[in-house]
Amino acid sequence: MILKDLLSPFFVWQRAFEKPYTSIRPIQERPGAPAYRGFHINVSEECIGCGTCHTICQNDAIDMVRVEEFEGRPGDSGLRPRFDYGRCCWCGLCVDICTTGSLRMSNEYTWVTADPTEYHFTAGVEATRWQDNPLGYRRAEGYHLYPPKRIGMEMLAPEEGVCSFDEVVKGYSEVQAKLEADRCVECGICVAACPAHMDVPDYIRSIRDGDYEQGLQQLYRTNPFPATCGRICTRRCESVCPVGIQGEPIAIRWLKRFIVDQVAPEDYSRILGDQPAESSRHVAIVGAGPGGLSAAYYLRRKGHAVTVFEAQEKAGGMLRYGVPDYRLPAAALDKDIDHIVSLGVEMRFNTRVGRDISFRELLDGYGAVFLSTGLSVPSSMRIQGEDHPRVLSGLQVLADVAAGRDPGIGRKVAVIGGGNVAMDAARVSRRLGAEVTILYRRRIADMPADSEEIHEAQEEGCRIVTQAIPVEVVEAEQPGQVLIRWGEAEMVPDPKGGRPRPVLQEHCMHIDGFESIISAIGQGSDLGFIPADLQEQLAIEWGKFKPGDYQHTGLAKVFVGGDVANRTADAISAIEDGHHAARGIDRFLDRDQAD
Amino acid sequence: MTPTTTGHSASLDFAQPEPVDLKSGKYVKVWQGPQHPGITGNMSLELVLDGDTVIECRTHVGYLHRGFEKLMEQRTFIQNYPVVCRIAVPEPAFNEYLYAAAIEAISGIEVPERANWLRTLNLEMMRLASFLMWIGGQGGAFGQYTVANWTLTYRDYVLDLFEEMTGGRIYHMYMVPGGVRAGLPAGFEKRILELMDTTGKLLDQVERVMYHNVVFKARARGLGIIAPEMVDPYGIVGPNARASGMRRDLRKDEPYLVYDRLDFEVISGTGCDAYERAWLRLQETRLCIRLIRQIIAGAPSEGPFQADMPNVLHWKVPAGETYVKAECTRGEYGYYMVTDGSEKVRRVHVRGPSYTHAIAVMERLAVGTNIADIAGLMVSLHTYPPEIER
Repeated sequence: MILKDLLSPFFVWQRAFEKPYTSIRPIQERPGAPAYRGFHINVSEECIGCGTCHTICQNDAIDMVRVEEFEGRPGDSGLRPRFDYGRCCWCGLCVDICTTGSLRMSNEYTWVTADPTEYHFTAGVEATRWQDNPLGYRRAEGYHLYPPKRIGMEMLAPEEGVCSFDEVVKGYSEVQAKLEADRCVECGICVAACPAHMDVPDYIRSIRDGDYEQGLQQLYRTNPFPATCGRICTRRCESVCPVGIQGEPIAIRWLKRFIVDQVAPEDYSRILGDQPAESSRHVAIVGAGPGGLSAAYYLRRKGHAVTVFEAQEKAGGMLRYGVPDYRLPAAALDKDIDHIVSLGVEMRFNTRVGRDISFRELLDGYGAVFLSTGLSVPSSMRIQGEDHPRVLSGLQVLADVAAGRDPGIGRKVAVIGGGNVAMDAARVSRRLGAEVTILYRRRIADMPADSEEIHEAQEEGCRIVTQAIPVEVVEAEQPGQVLIRWGEAEMVPDPKGGRPRPVLQEHCMHIDGFESIISAIGQGSDLGFIPADLQEQLAIEWGKFKPGDYQHTGLAKVFVGGDVANRTADAISAIEDGHHAARGIDRFLDRDQAD
Repeated sequence: MTPTTTGHSASLDFAQPEPVDLKSGKYVKVWQGPQHPGITGNMSLELVLDGDTVIECRTHVGYLHRGFEKLMEQRTFIQNYPVVCRIAVPEPAFNEYLYAAAIEAISGIEVPERANWLRTLNLEMMRLASFLMWIGGQGGAFGQYTVANWTLTYRDYVLDLFEEMTGGRIYHMYMVPGGVRAGLPAGFEKRILELMDTTGKLLDQVERVMYHNVVFKARARGLGIIAPEMVDPYGIVGPNARASGMRRDLRKDEPYLVYDRLDFEVISGTGCDAYERAWLRLQETRLCIRLIRQIIAGAPSEGPFQADMPNVLHWKVPAGETYVKAECTRGEYGYYMVTDGSEKVRRVHVRGPSYTHAIAVMERLAVGTNIADIAGLMVSLHTYPPEIER
């Protein structure tokens, strides 16, 4: 023991004059750090109810509950997270996984109430004092719990693609597909958005598991055209995919294609099961497009005999005659169709109802009739000189190319329109060696065509002139040429709040010469085969049917579907119409039999 | 007040002592705990006393058992991440780091450079906070509550920085498998360096007031002697082993994270008793400050802090087996992990240094000790019962 050791304790007084650590009065609430993981904030307007917060929560502290206000919003489950602060551990994983970034944490951490049920609350729906707190924990930039970027798709280079009709999209390898499938958060928002309500998370999971046979079964539950839809679907699923909100959506379409590409056609019947017993009922289907064949497939699965009447020499409808090979190779389409036909569907090609067989014969000879005749008549531009022989229809050009005929478009082509048919006609023309100018009334953002189609058309060298309204087709002096007079348009906002309208500027007119003009501004139906008295009962408006439940019409035996009966006019809607009608026809036939 | 024992015989006699005849009326059996003063947590000692000298000690754990290892088998890999930090309450960061490191080792995930620096910073801050708390605990166990108030306050200042850095004071949940959750907030470097300056001054004052205090010296010297021969048979690690002459520190011996790029020496001593261990821990605390300064100077301020990760919602870690370890304040902390390629871990075994220190070592060192020094002895082994009962 030394003196120093005896004295040392007295040095505690050294700190006596320091500023005290604690404040006694007034009691001040100490705010949490700016990134403190405090009470939850949910911006419920931004939230889409994907439920990833609920899935990741390790304490089951989050329930997804229905909130009336948000029900029915597109791309929204109508659910919102409800927190149980009796279970929460404030780890913040729910914030990290939130696909929209709507879920955050405030830096507030004291909440005193006499009513413990208050600690069970729906953030952002029930008022909390911290809802607008700008501070608190947020997911940091550069930190992710799922990969936000899509696995890139290998594609033909534009300069290479434009030289042939080879498929542009090469498809995923197994490794790529599994990585892409891994990104899915399994929320199921896509299922609601898909017209056919395909089991997207389920078949994506089968890719992760490497079980492609199960994947194929899941695809065929709702869609007998997976090889086709895996290439050309309008993919509303991807437009609502929550992963796309802060990153890139899951490549659902390409994953679908990947599954189909993994299974050989000869294995289909083994994987997809046996044909059920025959029902002795017979259904006539008019039109062998996706709608008609989808109905045929699901009716055969229920054991009903099916005869399909098709005016063309091959099945597929617009998929075969309207979609070029570089997007949908005939082999892929045939893979789908061959399996449908293999179930025992009777196909009558080159048989146009109204010419080769009357509509009444169908009504009298079959237990039910499904009409899906599609939109095959090009719409008119309603301008002078439209009947000029150098003015071609986009549909005709595509059909010629699909059938192996030369459409005779020449070396310099104008394509009128901004839809998918216009893009297809333009890109086909590029492949036939033509220089292509696309004239469109509105802006690129307004084009109804798929944005990828527009982008690829541009990459392949199609020139797009927007806000250009065709006014007149004029005879050119040189033979084999035609002139088009068009005017610049100004976009005028719609007072009713609709999309802006293009208004012709009379003083900004142009005249350009081309070897042909391809009109692709839309198409209408041809329902002339239906006798006039029946047309009334079918309640046709503007050349389209307005079906009721199960695609049923005012005529007892008649069901309708596809482009001729829906507003969206795309393959997946037609497929769903066919599937839905098949359910309706099945019920109708059963009831009929019972009577 | 004189030391009641000189750490009795250092011979390694594992034979059970003769049972004491409690009915003789010569002895008293008392329970100490499970609520302890200081930082020793919920654990019980069953002590047989002869007068005020302990002649037999049985340790009892189980008051904190929450079944973490089993719990982890029922949760996905990401869901375990907020769980593991609770295994050792005063030092959650080592659990976070080792859980992440085990998964990364099995999956072959390469953690970005910046994340390794930030993890090291986090672990050294954790060590600093833990040692500050320990100094307070050791002081408190010998009646020096003034020092305890000082160091616990400074621990709170470190927790303030944790709060800024990670969003949480105690359970930081910062070292997510694949990296860390965020970079450093603006101005953080300045604030932590300021705190290092003031903490350094505080430690000088603690040294003078507590370590040179005649009472502390008298009670801690000769208390709980761990003879060097005991170290390996008892599995003693960390400062407890280093104070008995072992120069073992995983940070130096098997460097992980960025320790191979930091300039430091293993601190060891030869006193073998509670005072030596306390002295060594004070030097370790000062080492933390030096290391934090080095890390702040060396850590890259830009760049990714998380590896490219799979989607954690259905993350399947490949089948494998690994043991990862790190030097926590009390020595080797390890995670043994077995995975079977599914979405859940097959088995995790957490190896905490407290298991041997608080049970086997404590039972041996307690014998011959005055009952008044038992609390001080427990603190001097620096044990955390939660990690005994995973």
